[in-house]
Amino acid sequence: MRIGLDPSAGPEVNEVNEAGLIVNDFAIVAATANGTGSQTANLAILRALFKLGIPVNGKNIFPSNIQGLPTWYHIRLSRDGFTARRHTAEILVAFNQATILQDIQTLPPGGVCLYNGDWRSIPQREDVTYYAVPVNEFVRETGMKGKLKDYISNMVYVGALAWLLDIPLERLDEALNFQFKGKRKTVEANMAVVRAAYDWSATNLKRRHLHRVAPMDATAGMIMMTGNEAAALGAVFGGVTFAAWYPITPSTSLIDALNSYLEQLRGVKDTGEATYAVIQAEDELAAIGMVIGAGFAGARAMTATSGPGISLMAEYAGLGYFAEVPAVIWDIQRVGPSTGLPTRTSQGDVTFVYYLGHGDTKNVILLPSSLQECFDFGYQAFDLADLLQTPVYVLSDLDLGMNNWMSEPFVYPPQPMKRGKVLTAADVAEQGFARYKDIDGDGIPYRTLPGNDHPRAAYFARGTGHNDNAVYSERPEDWESNMLRLARKFDTARDLVPGPVIDEVEGAAIGLIAYGTTRPAIEEARGRLSAAGVPTGFMRLRALPINNEVEAFIARHERIYVIEMNRDGQVATILQSELPGLSTRLTSLTHFDGMPLTARWIFESVMTCETAQPASRQDQPSQAADRAKDVNGHSFALNAIMLDEY
Amino acid sequence: MESTSPRSIKVNAIGLAQADYKGLPSTLCQGCGHNSIANQIVQIAYELSLRPHEVLKLSGIGCSSKSPAYFLGQSFGFNTLHGRMPSLATGALIANHHLRGIGVSGDGDTASIGLGQFKHMVRRNVRMVYIVENNGVYGLTKGQFSATADEGQVLKYAGTNEFPPIDICMEAILAGCGFVARSFSGDAGQVRELLKAALSHRGTAVIDIISPCVAFNNEDTSTKSYGYGKEHENPLHGIGYVPKEAEIEIEPYDPGEMRVVEMHDGSLIQLRKLESDYDPTDRLGAMHRLQWAQEKQEFITGLIYYDDSRPNLAETFRLGGASLSTLADEQIRPAQSVLDGLMNSLM
Repeated sequence: MRIGLDPSAGPEVNEVNEAGLIVNDFAIVAATANGTGSQTANLAILRALFKLGIPVNGKNIFPSNIQGLPTWYHIRLSRDGFTARRHTAEILVAFNQATILQDIQTLPPGGVCLYNGDWRSIPQREDVTYYAVPVNEFVRETGMKGKLKDYISNMVYVGALAWLLDIPLERLDEALNFQFKGKRKTVEANMAVVRAAYDWSATNLKRRHLHRVAPMDATAGMIMMTGNEAAALGAVFGGVTFAAWYPITPSTSLIDALNSYLEQLRGVKDTGEATYAVIQAEDELAAIGMVIGAGFAGARAMTATSGPGISLMAEYAGLGYFAEVPAVIWDIQRVGPSTGLPTRTSQGDVTFVYYLGHGDTKNVILLPSSLQECFDFGYQAFDLADLLQTPVYVLSDLDLGMNNWMSEPFVYPPQPMKRGKVLTAADVAEQGFARYKDIDGDGIPYRTLPGNDHPRAAYFARGTGHNDNAVYSERPEDWESNMLRLARKFDTARDLVPGPVIDEVEGAAIGLIAYGTTRPAIEEARGRLSAAGVPTGFMRLRALPINNEVEAFIARHERIYVIEMNRDGQVATILQSELPGLSTRLTSLTHFDGMPLTARWIFESVMTCETAQPASRQDQPSQAADRAKDVNGHSFALNAIMLDEY
Repeated sequence: MESTSPRSIKVNAIGLAQADYKGLPSTLCQGCGHNSIANQIVQIAYELSLRPHEVLKLSGIGCSSKSPAYFLGQSFGFNTLHGRMPSLATGALIANHHLRGIGVSGDGDTASIGLGQFKHMVRRNVRMVYIVENNGVYGLTKGQFSATADEGQVLKYAGTNEFPPIDICMEAILAGCGFVARSFSGDAGQVRELLKAALSHRGTAVIDIISPCVAFNNEDTSTKSYGYGKEHENPLHGIGYVPKEAEIEIEPYDPGEMRVVEMHDGSLIQLRKLESDYDPTDRLGAMHRLQWAQEKQEFITGLIYYDDSRPNLAETFRLGGASLSTLADEQIRPAQSVLDGLMNSLM
């Protein structure tokens, strides 16, 4: 089993300082049972470290279960600011007896194991430092019973860890205060246990390990939240007025956050009149139907779902595309096909969503990689949907959506909302109205909203063939010209959507293309690759369809590695089909075990491919292109084998 | 609204002629019951002086669902997906809750593929008139049984129907519907009065109209045929609708002869007693009567159940004077200071 920790990968390299300590450069994993309240304890540690000024990222590796199955919470501290997952964690909080055997095996040499001293025996390793804390003793002292006992026992490891790693108790108090929204009584009750465990540890545990935390100032002025919360907030500032949804992990917390922010920021005030409606639908078929209906009627309408929900939305998605209705659909991707791994992360819905709908459909997709982009795309998706009169999809994933990330504070939308080509009654009187006519040559027609009282404003929207006036038509030329106009509209979208972010390195023969939450691992890996003599350019796609910048970036590099978290290289496939002349330059590197990407995987995957290249890497570009064509097939095959062994 | 009709033509209170409420010519079969229903909608819209731009026409897929093209040509409409009209209607009518929704569905669209969405729309009590043009058969795909076909019925194409019918009125009542009616497309007067009353209803008003399919299911032996309907229709009461605006003094009436139901908007429904005194406000009685009718293959029509006590979905959401679709930007995008404050709290 290779969940979360990867013993075969070996330890990461930690830098030891003059005092012989490893400071702010390691990872912690807390192994607990799901549903025991360990999340509170883990988030307290995470936020305390954040408050200490240390760059951190937390990842919850959890089961599809309400209570009892094992769960692991990873916290990475990185004084260099890296937030990607690491293969190993040096500090293990072993609080789940069911997995302790496996958990201890995953520790690297020199690792630390903090465990519940009440357990009779645990597996021993000579190269691991053990610390036992008598959990029952603390719990007995508090007098708590039942479920509260579990919560309290988690606070015991918080206190012990604070002593072992030098986490100041005041920061933990602040963190708990944040989590319990200032309810001091609850904070005090938890802190009492934390303090007791801390004091006991200080008296009874002699520190024999090297890992410590120390205050930094790298997080001052930054915020921490989950991607789903950021997305919901973006939607609120995008003026969302309607949402319909059906619960599905990992998208549910987006709607939970939306409900909470709407109530907090847009709630019924003095007027007593609501500015939004959120409906929990009976299924995703209905959720998208409601959203398309609301979008047609002029609301800023959205839904959030994950892969299986997208399947059910396919029919209305096609209607929305063809009837040209604005809508925003967040897909917080998880692992498929089918129910797949519902609590693991993936980028597996890209081609499905890109072509979602039967017949000829192509959809606009935004690809956030950070909290800021979740927020930005949260409101920009509405603008794009209104501008383009089409459903716009935002593909986040479980890792970004449900885990806590750091970010600079969000920037307020710099421009007013863009509502697109909507005609008022006066406009109709002045210029007439033909719903599907391409007046401006950009493929985007004008629309009217129900309620417009000009006698010529109304039209009958439909999924059947129609002419410029929205009247039913089966004439071949009407159908064809409408489909060509829709293609023209898609071309217009290319330069309306957020363009790629390019970081080019002079003289780099290699380019990396990626999108979404592979970003932190790639940024880290590029440093390592560069140090190993393989400098790389990096283009991060922020949306589909692609524009000319993408083609130019590929053309400027001899070899391109397209890195993504799905089996078949979905974006690589799209790039190959849309840029056939450059397709031989593309090599697909795919990671799809459900765990977030690591810098190490990228480094080793790229190095493996590069090593397989002939030595004459400095050839003329034309020769290089030919050679890439020859070699590519081999490097694909080689890569596939490497991945299996990994 | 400006009238498009010359002065010589008769116009209603808002200056529109009946022709202004027409749609495109029907492409359904000659004699199809659905055409008659479309015509009744044109007539009552004219009589009630409905403003076309305040009406939203909705349909699913099937013969029935084509018909919104054949009435109210100046009204917005959406021909949606098979069985999925209720969800789109829900979204559209919440985005603009001032619109009056008129949905036209069929028995396949509602009772087969769309039963789930139908029931959930009803339980949410979305304010709209939901007409089922019920002929027990699939027309566009040439004659398969629908879920409302009688058990044991024999059709040339489809053979014998082995399964019991789904009764749309019973399903509506079970889902919490407060306006449940059944009618017959051959009884134009009753259809019109029910449509008018349904437009005044606070929430979802379901009218199950037996509307014969002349192409595939019009043998006299079929309970969905013209012949059967004309022979067997058994109205529970004579029905009349009095709009609130009419300010008509109702003639004094004998409670033994007539029931008057006051609707949520102040309009009145007059129910003239026929052979027995049927009480449409008795939910259990209504269910009992429907089951009895189903068992005896009795074709009862009229207002089967009425209750306006449940708030509609827009009321539940506390939607106010402005519709969600017309809120000003500053009402839906909080100020910069709000974002800054929130950011501070997350540091």
